[in-house]
Amino acid sequence: MKCALFILVLIALITGLFSCRKMLPQLPEPEETLAEPLEGLTQEQLLLFSLGDANFAHVFSKEQGLGPIFVQTSCEGCHAGDGKGNPFNNITRFGKYENGNWNPLYNQGGPQLQQRAITGYLAETIPSGVSSDELLPMNVTGLGLLEAVPDSTLLALSDSADGNGDGISGKVNWLSPPSYFIPKSDHITLNGKYIGRFGRKASSVDLVQRVTDAFHGDIGITSDHEMTDPFNYTVSGLNGDNVADPEIPFSMLSQTVFYMRTLKAPPRRNIIDPDVQAGENIFIQTGCAKCHVPTLTTGNSEIESLDNKTFHPYTDLLLHDMGAGLDKGYTEGSARSSEWRTPPLWGFGLQEDSQGGMVFLLHDGRAKTVEQAISYHGGEASTANTAFQALSESDKQKLIAFLKSL
Amino acid sequence: MDTNDFNNTNGVFAHSFSFVIRTIFGLVLLNLLASKCFSQTDSTKTSQDAIYNRPFITIGKSSTAVGGYLEGNTNYFSEDGVSEGFSMEMRRFNIFLYSNIHSRIKFLSELEFEHGTEEIALETALLDFELNPALNFRAGILLPPIGLVNANHDSPKWEFIERPLSSTGIIPTTLSEVGFGLHGKLYQDKTIFAYDAYIVNGLQGNVILNDEGKTYLASGKNPEMFGEDNNGTPMFNAKISLANKKIGEMGLSYYGGIYNSFNLEGNIVEEKRSLHLIAFDLSAHIKKIKIQGEYAHTAVQVPNDLKGLYGSEQYGAFLEFSYPVLKRKIMGFENSVINTNLRAERIDYNVGIMQQTNANIGDEVSAIALGIGFRPSASTIIRLNYRYHLIYNFLGNPPAHLGGFQFGVASYF
Ligand code: HEC
Ligand code: HEC
Repeated sequence: MKCALFILVLIALITGLFSCRKMLPQLPEPEETLAEPLEGLTQEQLLLFSLGDANFAHVFSKEQGLGPIFVQTSCEGCHAGDGKGNPFNNITRFGKYENGNWNPLYNQGGPQLQQRAITGYLAETIPSGVSSDELLPMNVTGLGLLEAVPDSTLLALSDSADGNGDGISGKVNWLSPPSYFIPKSDHITLNGKYIGRFGRKASSVDLVQRVTDAFHGDIGITSDHEMTDPFNYTVSGLNGDNVADPEIPFSMLSQTVFYMRTLKAPPRRNIIDPDVQAGENIFIQTGCAKCHVPTLTTGNSEIESLDNKTFHPYTDLLLHDMGAGLDKGYTEGSARSSEWRTPPLWGFGLQEDSQGGMVFLLHDGRAKTVEQAISYHGGEASTANTAFQALSESDKQKLIAFLKSL
Repeated sequence: MDTNDFNNTNGVFAHSFSFVIRTIFGLVLLNLLASKCFSQTDSTKTSQDAIYNRPFITIGKSSTAVGGYLEGNTNYFSEDGVSEGFSMEMRRFNIFLYSNIHSRIKFLSELEFEHGTEEIALETALLDFELNPALNFRAGILLPPIGLVNANHDSPKWEFIERPLSSTGIIPTTLSEVGFGLHGKLYQDKTIFAYDAYIVNGLQGNVILNDEGKTYLASGKNPEMFGEDNNGTPMFNAKISLANKKIGEMGLSYYGGIYNSFNLEGNIVEEKRSLHLIAFDLSAHIKKIKIQGEYAHTAVQVPNDLKGLYGSEQYGAFLEFSYPVLKRKIMGFENSVINTNLRAERIDYNVGIMQQTNANIGDEVSAIALGIGFRPSASTIIRLNYRYHLIYNFLGNPPAHLGGFQFGVASYF
């Protein structure tokens, strides 16, 4: 008995040592994970990527400048595994229409609610008489590719007057960029405004703006681009926290932007499955691909791996009127409250792994299945919705099998 | 803030202090009574004696003794295929200084160097006055007895290189505190009853809003806690244990009080928030198998807007088995022993559900460790460990897998 036990444990440990690979957890298969860099990055780029990766996971404490009002303590807290989030981490935004113009209520702490506060501070609440909506954290992979698509492509895809009469009139969100914005050579401007493409209302022009806003609005971290802490306007005084601003060095901001730019596109699975292939055709025939555009191409980029690349995000990055069912009266920039940016469908099959074992779809995460998500497709998407409802059960399943392969 | 609270401050202050004083007097009284009914001999050691149950202290030697222990190991871990490779770690070099000032007055100190000189800490510096064997007064920097490990954490005593997760993630081992209180032992046949009761400055506000992103008691430690209390209300620690020479020992311990700095310049600027930590531990011998285990549970008051994100309740537990497979002369070492060891553990940093989805909040770790320990002498151990952790994040996504080998030595000197 004694000897047997000893020998057993010894064998276990020794075989362990010599077959370490078995006892040391290995990398998940590349098609099962989102958190990987683009292929072909140089060593210098991989260093920036790794530093950015660590920043993305960094948890901010009160001493490091968290808050004073905030929503979460790290990027990773909402974007677990770089994937889509869970309603626990929904962001609430508010504002109101005044004489037909949208007012983001900056003077009342708008547009974003910070419902948590460090100790000694009062968390925000939504002011009365405003419209608000909840936004589910988004997948953050493949964003560098989306960023590198030239504005001219978006304008070519948009059809705001529905010239082709298909009932679909995607439009771009024209925005006044923040003061620190540096245009690229292929940015197109109209009366000093630029085209937004990030966020559920396409209200950030580029990743620098989106990441700056995330540090500031989501974690309460000031940077060279946003030097003032978010604070509760109902408490008098510009009551920021006691940490000197900026709370992070510029390098931390730029490494994080670089990380966002260089995460690979979500991988596909089961491409040769006949159901998946049939589902792809149904996806196109049903009219889904008119908004969830399968293929886009990047323009010139100083990052070789993003330079003139063709990829498959299943989005047109444009705003579409989705009807009254998805309109809670909240909006951003020149979008209307019923308009939402087509979300990329890439990464669809892996979302359960980052959403806590369940699926939450649409801008606020209200839909739990594909069928539910499509049933909310109104407005410009009603034709596609009707076409989907008319499909046979087996065709619906094939379409879903295709979505899960993304 | 509640105005009621404001008015009550002084009341609560006085109340908690008088509570502590009353408790101590109660204990003294209980003792004097108990000492009448229990016989008193001082031959058997319980976990309470751990700090004096170290090889450098030998009765009959000169009145001052120096000793310590040394602990180092190698690490090779991989988390989901990402490995930092092989590295070596000089974990601890601790020096003890002990002095028998008088037959009934003892001094003990422990100076710790962690990772070379990366962290230097005075873990213990205390005086023990024996009023009678059942009643000792202790004051200084002490290790509050919470669970199995905090007051008995010397690495050479343990079969595994890593301390149990419940003793680091839930109970903030090693927790040193400045404080004072009483301890003693009462004997009845083969049964020993031991008690400890101290008031200490206590953990501070960083229990939440720390860089762990979760309720984490160890983050509430602060070097300033040896200088003054952050809120002027001490925390209380007590442990009672029952030991039987043949079977083993079990203990019940408590640590808690108000942790946040609620007052600034005499103004009440936050609501008072307290934490409570309760632990049950046991160690026993069944035939030749040594069993040790611990269950620890915390309840922490968290501001309303931070509830959910920071756990209000946490627990951790471990169970460890050691079996000596060989006890004989090995390579010239008389009385050497080889033990095979197994430890299973689990902690949950955030017990609760997410209101938004009704799903369980994750933030959990389950782990298993296997090991072989070779003790050429009782004070020295050479050990090989394998650990495997399943780490669940807040949302309870598929866990990260961590696995790895450690090889290390630890020895008293
Ligand atoms: C409180 C949760 C939360 C935190 C923390 C958070 N995000 Fe987000 N993130 C969101 C939500 C919600 C959206 C969608 C918001 C919108 O529509 O503007 C989003 C969108 C994004 C996008 C745009 C993705 C796209 O496809 O348009 C990027 C990039 C991003 N986040 C990066 C970050 C970074 C970097 C951090 C850390 C500095 C961070 N986020 C922290 C919730 C969060
Ligand atoms: C008119 C453009 C348009 C068409 C056509 C369209 N969609 Fe969408 N789709 C959207 C927009 C915009 C959203 C986001 C709505 C929201 O977030 O509330 C969306 C959301 C979704 C989502 C949820 C994605 C997520 O990450 O939450 C799925 C799944 C989806 N669409 C599938 C389809 C399918 C399948 C079809 C074809 C039957 C289709 N869509 C047709 C514009 C469209």
